[in-house]
Amino acid sequence: GPLSERPLMEVRLGELHTWISTCSFSARGLLGAAQRAWSSYCAKYIHVKQGGPAGISMLLAGYCLLSYGWNYQHFKQHRWRKYH
Amino acid sequence: MLSRLVLRAAPAALRALPPPVAVGVLHTTRPLHTTQQSLAPVPPLPEKGGEVRHGLIPEEFFQFLYPKTGVTGPYMLGTGLLLYLLSKEIYVVNHETAAAACILTVIVYAIKKFGPDVAAFADKLNEEKMASALAMKNDTIRTLQTAIEEEKKEQWRAEGRSYLFDAKRNNIAMLLEANYRERLLTVYNEVKKRLDYQVALQNLKRQKEQDHMIQWVEKNVVQSITPQQQKESIAKCILDLKALSKSAHATV
Repeated sequence: GPLSERPLMEVRLGELHTWISTCSFSARGLLGAAQRAWSSYCAKYIHVKQGGPAGISMLLAGYCLLSYGWNYQHFKQHRWRKYH
Repeated sequence: MLSRLVLRAAPAALRALPPPVAVGVLHTTRPLHTTQQSLAPVPPLPEKGGEVRHGLIPEEFFQFLYPKTGVTGPYMLGTGLLLYLLSKEIYVVNHETAAAACILTVIVYAIKKFGPDVAAFADKLNEEKMASALAMKNDTIRTLQTAIEEEKKEQWRAEGRSYLFDAKRNNIAMLLEANYRERLLTVYNEVKKRLDYQVALQNLKRQKEQDHMIQWVEKNVVQSITPQQQKESIAKCILDLKALSKSAHATV
Protein backbone atom coordinates (compact mmCIF):
# COMPACT_ATOMS: atom_id res chain seq x y z
CA GLY A 1 0.00 0.00 0.00
CA PRO A 2 0.94 3.65 0.10
CA LEU A 3 3.92 4.57 2.24
CA SER A 4 2.12 6.56 4.88
CA GLU A 5 -0.36 3.77 5.62
CA ARG A 6 2.13 0.98 6.20
CA PRO A 7 3.00 -0.04 9.76
CA LEU A 8 6.57 0.42 10.92
CA MET A 9 7.60 -3.22 10.58
CA GLU A 10 6.88 -3.23 6.85
CA VAL A 11 8.83 -0.09 6.03
CA ARG A 12 12.22 -0.74 4.46
CA LEU A 13 15.32 0.88 5.88
CA GLY A 14 15.80 3.11 2.84
CA GLU A 15 12.24 4.48 3.08
CA LEU A 16 12.40 5.12 6.81
CA HIS A 17 13.22 8.81 6.35
CA THR A 18 10.22 9.45 4.11
CA TRP A 19 7.99 7.36 6.33
CA ILE A 20 8.88 9.43 9.40
CA SER A 21 8.12 12.60 7.46
CA THR A 22 4.59 11.34 6.74
CA CYS A 23 3.87 10.70 10.45
CA SER A 24 1.72 13.22 12.27
CA PHE A 25 3.53 14.35 15.39
CA SER A 26 0.58 16.15 16.88
CA ALA A 27 -0.69 15.07 20.31
CA ARG A 28 -3.57 13.24 18.68
CA GLY A 29 -1.30 11.50 16.21
CA LEU A 30 1.14 10.41 18.92
CA LEU A 31 -1.68 9.21 21.14
CA GLY A 32 -3.16 7.28 18.25
CA ALA A 33 0.20 5.73 17.48
CA ALA A 34 0.70 4.75 21.12
CA GLN A 35 -2.78 3.24 21.30
CA ARG A 36 -2.26 1.32 18.10
CA ALA A 37 1.08 -0.01 19.29
CA TRP A 38 -0.38 -1.12 22.63
CA SER A 39 -3.41 -2.75 21.04
CA SER A 40 -1.33 -4.63 18.49
CA TYR A 41 1.03 -5.83 21.25
CA CYS A 42 -1.94 -7.00 23.33
CA ALA A 43 -3.56 -8.72 20.38
CA LYS A 44 -0.35 -10.52 19.51
CA TYR A 45 0.95 -11.66 22.89
CA ILE A 46 -1.76 -11.36 25.55
CA HIS A 47 -5.22 -11.95 24.06
CA VAL A 48 -4.55 -15.48 22.88
CA LYS A 49 -5.92 -18.78 24.00
CA GLN A 50 -2.56 -20.27 24.97
CA GLY A 51 -0.24 -17.46 25.92
CA GLY A 52 2.90 -18.17 27.88
CA PRO A 53 5.15 -16.14 30.14
CA ALA A 54 6.37 -14.20 27.10
CA GLY A 55 3.62 -11.57 27.15
CA ILE A 56 4.27 -10.19 30.62
CA SER A 57 7.98 -11.01 30.75
CA MET A 58 8.68 -8.73 27.78
CA LEU A 59 6.80 -5.91 29.50
CA LEU A 60 8.75 -6.48 32.72
CA ALA A 61 12.07 -6.62 30.86
CA GLY A 62 11.22 -3.36 29.12
CA TYR A 63 10.36 -1.86 32.50
CA CYS A 64 13.70 -3.02 33.94
CA LEU A 65 15.61 -1.50 31.05
CA LEU A 66 13.71 1.78 31.28
CA SER A 67 14.27 2.12 35.02
CA TYR A 68 17.99 1.27 34.58
CA GLY A 69 18.17 4.00 31.97
CA TRP A 70 16.42 6.52 34.24
CA ASN A 71 18.78 5.77 37.11
CA TYR A 72 21.96 5.56 35.02
CA GLN A 73 23.54 8.65 36.55
CA HIS A 74 23.18 7.05 40.00
CA PHE A 75 24.69 3.74 38.85
CA LYS A 76 27.55 5.55 37.19
CA GLN A 77 28.85 6.57 40.56
CA HIS A 78 29.20 2.93 41.70
CA ARG A 79 31.54 1.81 38.95
CA TRP A 80 34.36 -0.59 39.86
CA ARG A 81 37.02 1.05 37.73
CA LYS A 82 37.60 4.63 36.79
CA TYR A 83 39.10 4.07 33.34
CA HIS A 84 37.72 1.63 30.81
CA MET B 1 -12.76 -8.93 26.92
CA LEU B 2 -14.61 -5.71 26.34
CA SER B 3 -11.35 -3.77 26.24
CA ARG B 4 -10.16 -6.16 23.59
CA LEU B 5 -13.28 -5.48 21.56
CA VAL B 6 -12.87 -1.76 21.96
CA LEU B 7 -9.18 -1.82 21.12
CA ARG B 8 -9.73 -4.00 18.09
CA ALA B 9 -12.79 -2.36 16.68
CA ALA B 10 -12.10 1.24 17.67
CA PRO B 11 -9.71 2.27 14.90
CA ALA B 12 -11.71 0.67 12.12
CA ALA B 13 -15.01 1.88 13.54
CA LEU B 14 -13.71 5.41 13.95
CA ARG B 15 -12.72 5.45 10.34
CA ALA B 16 -16.13 4.20 9.24
CA LEU B 17 -18.15 6.78 11.25
CA PRO B 18 -20.21 9.24 9.21
CA PRO B 19 -20.44 12.83 10.56
CA PRO B 20 -22.82 13.37 13.50
CA VAL B 21 -26.46 13.99 12.70
CA ALA B 22 -29.52 14.65 14.82
CA VAL B 23 -32.13 12.11 13.83
CA GLY B 24 -35.51 13.65 14.53
CA VAL B 25 -36.46 13.55 18.16
CA LEU B 26 -33.77 11.00 19.03
CA HIS B 27 -30.62 13.10 19.24
CA THR B 28 -27.86 10.61 18.37
CA THR B 29 -24.31 11.34 17.44
CA ARG B 30 -24.34 8.68 14.75
CA PRO B 31 -27.05 6.87 12.86
CA LEU B 32 -27.71 3.42 14.24
CA HIS B 33 -27.24 0.13 12.41
CA THR B 34 -25.98 1.65 9.19
CA THR B 35 -22.36 0.45 9.17
CA GLN B 36 -21.50 -2.84 7.57
CA GLN B 37 -19.55 -4.26 10.45
CA SER B 38 -21.22 -5.37 13.61
CA LEU B 39 -19.65 -6.40 16.89
CA ALA B 40 -21.20 -9.85 16.92
CA PRO B 41 -20.38 -12.59 16.34
CA VAL B 42 -16.97 -11.83 17.83
CA PRO B 43 -14.10 -13.49 15.95
CA PRO B 44 -12.48 -16.20 18.08
CA LEU B 45 -9.14 -15.64 19.84
CA PRO B 46 -6.05 -16.90 18.03
CA GLU B 47 -4.70 -20.17 19.37
CA LYS B 48 -1.10 -19.22 20.03
CA GLY B 49 0.54 -15.84 20.50
CA GLY B 50 3.57 -14.53 18.70
CA GLU B 51 6.63 -16.75 18.97
CA VAL B 52 9.14 -15.59 21.57
CA ARG B 53 12.53 -17.14 22.14
CA HIS B 54 13.87 -17.55 25.68
CA GLY B 55 10.75 -15.74 26.89
CA LEU B 56 12.20 -12.35 26.01
CA ILE B 57 13.05 -11.85 22.36
CA PRO B 58 10.41 -12.15 19.62
CA GLU B 59 11.09 -14.59 16.84
CA GLU B 60 10.87 -11.82 14.25
CA PHE B 61 14.24 -10.52 15.39
CA PHE B 62 15.93 -13.83 14.66
CA GLN B 63 14.17 -14.06 11.30
CA PHE B 64 15.26 -10.52 10.53
CA LEU B 65 18.93 -11.36 11.09
CA TYR B 66 18.84 -14.83 9.55
CA PRO B 67 19.48 -13.92 5.86
CA LYS B 68 22.65 -11.97 6.69
CA THR B 69 24.11 -13.80 9.69
CA GLY B 70 22.47 -17.24 9.76
CA VAL B 71 21.40 -18.97 12.93
CA THR B 72 24.12 -17.83 15.32
CA GLY B 73 23.93 -14.17 14.33
CA PRO B 74 21.59 -12.92 17.06
CA TYR B 75 23.44 -14.88 19.74
CA MET B 76 26.74 -13.39 18.63
CA LEU B 77 25.14 -9.98 18.69
CA GLY B 78 23.81 -10.63 22.19
CA THR B 79 27.16 -11.87 23.54
CA GLY B 80 29.03 -8.97 21.96
CA LEU B 81 26.58 -6.47 23.36
CA LEU B 82 26.79 -7.99 26.83
CA LEU B 83 30.57 -7.98 26.88
CA TYR B 84 30.66 -4.42 25.64
CA LEU B 85 28.20 -3.26 28.31
CA LEU B 86 30.12 -5.07 31.04
CA SER B 87 33.59 -4.03 29.94
CA LYS B 88 32.74 -0.38 29.53
CA GLU B 89 30.68 -0.60 32.73
CA ILE B 90 27.66 0.81 31.05
CA TYR B 91 25.97 -1.95 33.04
CA VAL B 92 27.40 -1.72 36.56
CA VAL B 93 27.61 -4.93 38.59
CA ASN B 94 26.31 -4.32 42.09
CA HIS B 95 24.21 -5.98 44.79
CA GLU B 96 21.14 -5.67 42.62
CA THR B 97 22.79 -7.87 40.02
CA ALA B 98 23.12 -10.71 42.52
CA ALA B 99 19.53 -10.22 43.68
CA ALA B 100 18.30 -10.19 40.09
CA ALA B 101 20.22 -13.37 39.32
CA CYS B 102 18.69 -15.22 42.29
CA ILE B 103 15.19 -14.00 41.54
CA LEU B 104 15.46 -14.89 37.87
CA THR B 105 16.73 -18.38 38.72
CA VAL B 106 13.79 -19.00 41.02
CA ILE B 107 11.28 -17.61 38.53
CA VAL B 108 12.63 -19.66 35.64
CA TYR B 109 12.67 -22.80 37.79
CA ALA B 110 9.09 -22.20 38.92
CA ILE B 111 7.87 -21.58 35.39
CA LYS B 112 9.60 -24.65 34.06
CA LYS B 113 8.22 -26.82 36.85
CA PHE B 114 4.67 -25.54 37.37
CA GLY B 115 3.98 -23.95 34.02
CA PRO B 116 2.25 -26.86 32.30
CA ASP B 117 0.04 -27.60 35.32
CA VAL B 118 -1.15 -24.03 35.62
CA ALA B 119 -1.73 -23.91 31.87
CA ALA B 120 -3.79 -27.10 32.00
CA PHE B 121 -5.84 -25.74 34.90
CA ALA B 122 -6.53 -22.48 33.10
CA ASP B 123 -7.45 -24.39 29.96
CA LYS B 124 -9.85 -26.53 31.97
CA LEU B 125 -11.53 -23.43 33.40
CA ASN B 126 -11.89 -21.97 29.94
CA GLU B 127 -13.27 -25.24 28.63
CA GLU B 128 -15.88 -25.34 31.38
CA LYS B 129 -16.95 -21.79 30.63
CA MET B 130 -17.21 -22.53 26.93
CA ALA B 131 -19.06 -25.77 27.57
CA SER B 132 -21.61 -24.11 29.82
CA ALA B 133 -22.16 -21.26 27.36
CA LEU B 134 -22.48 -23.75 24.50
CA ALA B 135 -24.87 -25.89 26.53
CA MET B 136 -27.00 -22.86 27.25
CA LYS B 137 -27.02 -21.94 23.59
CA ASN B 138 -27.94 -25.47 22.56
CA ASP B 139 -30.65 -25.66 25.17
CA THR B 140 -32.12 -22.40 23.99
CA ILE B 141 -32.00 -23.58 20.39
CA ARG B 142 -33.66 -26.86 21.29
CA THR B 143 -36.35 -25.12 23.32
CA LEU B 144 -37.05 -22.75 20.47
CA GLN B 145 -37.23 -25.61 17.99
CA THR B 146 -39.72 -27.50 20.13
CA ALA B 147 -41.66 -24.26 20.45
CA ILE B 148 -41.67 -23.97 16.65
CA GLU B 149 -42.95 -27.51 16.27
CA GLU B 150 -45.63 -26.92 18.89
CA GLU B 151 -46.66 -23.78 17.05
CA LYS B 152 -46.89 -25.64 13.75
CA LYS B 153 -49.00 -28.29 15.45
CA GLU B 154 -51.27 -25.63 16.84
CA GLN B 155 -51.62 -24.13 13.41
CA TRP B 156 -52.55 -27.54 12.03
CA ARG B 157 -55.06 -27.92 14.83
CA ALA B 158 -56.53 -24.54 14.04
CA GLU B 159 -57.29 -25.73 10.52
CA GLY B 160 -59.92 -28.07 11.94
CA ARG B 161 -61.95 -25.19 13.26
CA SER B 162 -64.50 -25.57 10.47
CA TYR B 163 -65.45 -28.99 11.86
CA LEU B 164 -65.68 -27.55 15.31
CA PHE B 165 -67.97 -24.78 14.14
CA ASP B 166 -70.17 -27.24 12.20
CA ALA B 167 -70.56 -29.38 15.29
CA LYS B 168 -71.41 -26.34 17.36
CA ARG B 169 -73.90 -25.17 14.78
CA ASN B 170 -75.53 -28.60 14.79
CA ASN B 171 -75.73 -28.53 18.55
CA ILE B 172 -77.36 -25.16 18.56
CA ALA B 173 -79.80 -26.15 15.85
CA MET B 174 -80.74 -29.20 17.85
CA LEU B 175 -81.24 -27.13 20.97
CA LEU B 176 -83.46 -24.74 19.11
CA GLU B 177 -85.45 -27.59 17.60
CA ALA B 178 -85.91 -29.25 20.97
CA ASN B 179 -86.98 -26.00 22.54
CA TYR B 180 -89.43 -25.34 19.74
CA ARG B 181 -90.97 -28.76 20.10
CA GLU B 182 -91.21 -28.39 23.85
CA ARG B 183 -93.08 -25.19 23.46
CA LEU B 184 -95.30 -26.74 20.80
CA LEU B 185 -96.15 -29.52 23.23
CA THR B 186 -96.90 -27.02 25.96
CA VAL B 187 -99.21 -25.14 23.67
CA TYR B 188 -100.96 -28.33 22.69
CA ASN B 189 -101.37 -29.40 26.29
CA GLU B 190 -102.70 -26.04 27.37
CA VAL B 191 -105.19 -25.92 24.56
CA LYS B 192 -106.27 -29.49 25.27
CA LYS B 193 -106.75 -28.66 28.93
CA ARG B 194 -108.96 -25.74 28.12
CA LEU B 195 -111.01 -27.78 25.67
CA ASP B 196 -111.30 -30.65 28.17
CA TYR B 197 -112.50 -28.21 30.73
CA GLN B 198 -115.24 -26.99 28.47
CA VAL B 199 -116.24 -30.58 27.62
CA ALA B 200 -116.27 -31.58 31.27
CA LEU B 201 -118.31 -28.50 32.06
CA GLN B 202 -120.92 -29.43 29.46
CA ASN B 203 -121.03 -33.05 30.62
CA LEU B 204 -121.45 -32.00 34.18
CA LYS B 205 -124.23 -29.65 33.30
CA ARG B 206 -126.09 -32.32 31.30
CA GLN B 207 -125.62 -34.86 34.08
CA LYS B 208 -126.90 -32.49 36.66
CA GLU B 209 -129.90 -31.70 34.52
CA GLN B 210 -130.56 -35.43 34.01
CA ASP B 211 -130.27 -36.22 37.67
CA HIS B 212 -132.43 -33.40 38.62
CA MET B 213 -135.05 -34.34 36.09
CA ILE B 214 -135.03 -38.00 37.21
CA GLN B 215 -135.37 -37.00 40.79
CA TRP B 216 -138.18 -34.65 39.99
CA VAL B 217 -139.97 -37.30 37.97
CA GLU B 218 -139.54 -39.88 40.70
CA LYS B 219 -140.71 -37.52 43.34
CA ASN B 220 -143.79 -36.64 41.38
CA VAL B 221 -144.54 -40.28 40.62
CA VAL B 222 -144.18 -41.25 44.21
CA GLN B 223 -146.35 -38.37 45.22
CA SER B 224 -148.96 -39.36 42.69
CA ILE B 225 -149.25 -42.83 44.06
CA THR B 226 -152.33 -42.51 46.34
CA PRO B 227 -152.64 -44.77 49.36
CA GLN B 228 -155.44 -46.72 47.80
CA GLN B 229 -153.47 -47.47 44.68
CA GLN B 230 -150.66 -48.59 46.92
CA LYS B 231 -152.88 -51.11 48.70
CA GLU B 232 -154.24 -52.45 45.42
CA SER B 233 -150.80 -52.88 43.98
CA ILE B 234 -149.48 -54.63 47.12
CA ALA B 235 -152.46 -57.11 47.05
CA LYS B 236 -151.84 -57.84 43.40
CA CYS B 237 -148.20 -58.46 44.08
CA ILE B 238 -149.02 -60.92 46.85
CA LEU B 239 -151.41 -62.81 44.53
CA ASP B 240 -148.78 -62.91 41.85
CA LEU B 241 -146.26 -64.24 44.31
CA LYS B 242 -148.60 -66.97 45.46
CA ALA B 243 -149.22 -68.02 41.90
CA LEU B 244 -145.52 -68.06 41.18
CA SER B 245 -144.78 -70.15 44.26
CA LYS B 246 -147.43 -72.62 43.25
CA SER B 247 -145.94 -72.97 39.79
CA ALA B 248 -142.51 -73.33 41.32
CA HIS B 249 -143.74 -76.09 43.66
CA ALA B 250 -145.36 -77.81 40.67
CA THR B 251 -142.16 -77.86 38.58
CA VAL B 252 -140.04 -79.21 41.51
